[in-house]
Amino acid sequence: MAEPRTPVAAHPARNWARVRRAGLPYLLLLPAVVFELLVHVVPMLTGIYMSFKHLTEFFIRNWGAAPAAGWDNYRFALDFNGAIGRQLLQSFWITCAFTVLTVGLSWLLGTGAAVLMQDPFRGRGLLRTYFLVPYALPAYTAAITWEFMFQRDTGLVNTLLVHDLHLFKTAPFWLIGGNSFWALLITAVWRTWPFAFLVVTAGLQNIPGDLYEAAALDGAGTWQRIRSITLPQLRSVNQVLVLVLFLWNFNDFNTPFTLFGNVPPPQANLISVQIYDTSFQNWNFGSGSAMSVLLLLFLLLVTAVYLLLTNRRGKSDA
Amino acid sequence: MPRPPRSPLAPPASFVWTRRIVLTLLGVFTFLPLWVMLSSSLKPLRDVQAGFSWLPTHLTLRPYVDIWSTVPLGHYFVNSLVVSSCSTAISVVIAILAAYAVSRHRFPGRQLFSVTVLSTQMFPGILFLLPLFLIYVNIGTATGVQLNGSWLGLIVTYLTFTLPFSIWMLVGYFDSIPRELDEAAKVDGNGPIGALVRVIVPAALPGIVTVAVYSFMTAWGEVLFASVMTDDSTRTLAVGLRNYASQNDVYWNQIMAASLVVSVPVVVAFLLLQRYLVAGLTAGSVK
Repeated sequence: MAEPRTPVAAHPARNWARVRRAGLPYLLLLPAVVFELLVHVVPMLTGIYMSFKHLTEFFIRNWGAAPAAGWDNYRFALDFNGAIGRQLLQSFWITCAFTVLTVGLSWLLGTGAAVLMQDPFRGRGLLRTYFLVPYALPAYTAAITWEFMFQRDTGLVNTLLVHDLHLFKTAPFWLIGGNSFWALLITAVWRTWPFAFLVVTAGLQNIPGDLYEAAALDGAGTWQRIRSITLPQLRSVNQVLVLVLFLWNFNDFNTPFTLFGNVPPPQANLISVQIYDTSFQNWNFGSGSAMSVLLLLFLLLVTAVYLLLTNRRGKSDA
Repeated sequence: MPRPPRSPLAPPASFVWTRRIVLTLLGVFTFLPLWVMLSSSLKPLRDVQAGFSWLPTHLTLRPYVDIWSTVPLGHYFVNSLVVSSCSTAISVVIAILAAYAVSRHRFPGRQLFSVTVLSTQMFPGILFLLPLFLIYVNIGTATGVQLNGSWLGLIVTYLTFTLPFSIWMLVGYFDSIPRELDEAAKVDGNGPIGALVRVIVPAALPGIVTVAVYSFMTAWGEVLFASVMTDDSTRTLAVGLRNYASQNDVYWNQIMAASLVVSVPVVVAFLLLQRYLVAGLTAGSVK
């Protein structure tokens, strides 16, 4: 890629043109940088600052006046014998289980469908479009529909399980109690797997065709080609995909909040909702901020370790 | 769409059957909620409350009429439309400028910019929500510019959500446009901005439209920030419908009708453009 040519001249007008040219990219980036600073960077720094304050509803309009808290907010959040810490820890484990299962299932379904649909067959284009519908739906309409389906007396799920298949004698509750975790998981997977499908489908198109030709000449069967060419070639796509899915689901707020409302059942209390409740239901912003910062640190750590591990494995394979 | 060359051997029966079974199951899984949405929206309330039936016995369009008075749906609709359109328009323009800089110029800080912007994408929304809320409240107190509870605050917030992805995707698109086109535009007497507007933007139009649809969808479906930063007058569809659905006596037929009404525009737009989205993702993952 060619550098924009900068004329070497001592003429002042030329110099000015040079400055303008060098400044142009920065000028073009300026709006993006300003908005990113306003909505992401400054609030993030503010959040870190807030986490060291006793910030309650009395100080919302004048939060500079909130008393300093030192490490108190962190101590409470990490005191697993106290009420706040215990709840946070429980919600952390639930979020971990939820994320691992959602990412695993979504990846499996998305990759499976994409690979099975790699070779053309009749109706493939239509089916591809159809599979993307759940991803295209606004998150809340999907979650509201599932909420309706999980209603104990009038929902489709119990109609199917109790009346049609006779798997249960009495209709189970889905939106409260232990089952709420599975309700949340199913809703999330329904919405997430099409995205994995979309990304892997795009990734498959980057696999050079001559690899398959060579394999066909060697007499490799369909399954063998999938195992020895398709899946290894998807490695770099998968690396990004799994990371993105992990971050999205770990931070997911829309699905649980729409499905259960402000107060989720303890068995399906994801960490984002937990922090939201601490901040906006209990009006304890300092504590909520400390939890957010801890969450961020955890995500950074996982991301760093993940990239380190996958990159090293990628290199040793090559 | 480039396809892998067909193998001289037809796929074995085991593969064909696996494909049939897996795709059928996924098809049914995908279908169930869509069917519930459609069929329930065509039932009278009494049928919906009597328990789920697969086929509606009394077809009616009443829910589609009633919903506009049960919930101030029209009001929510306008709010969502204004917020989503404005944030999309501004975000796309900003992303085009930034992507042009990254794609066509080499300058110190280019790498830093790309990495920083992309990494903001991964941070939890809940982390920004609290401070941003307080910052907006305080900006309002200090300057009188009402960001909290207003369209403006939500627009500013949403437009940044999709910036990283939009910039990243547009850089991929711009990179694939031959530089000779820029040069030709310069020969015709255009400056860099002229080249961007007259050459690059038209050539990257599919990518730009895709990015716009993605931005619109994101704003249209956002719940977390909208639930905190809107009041009764600026309530968006996402929050309005959710609040209604979490009440005790829910007219599920009407809620399903409303869900369909608010989904159809974005779903249709997305499905029409999915081809470009795949192309954009492909271009992005090459780098």
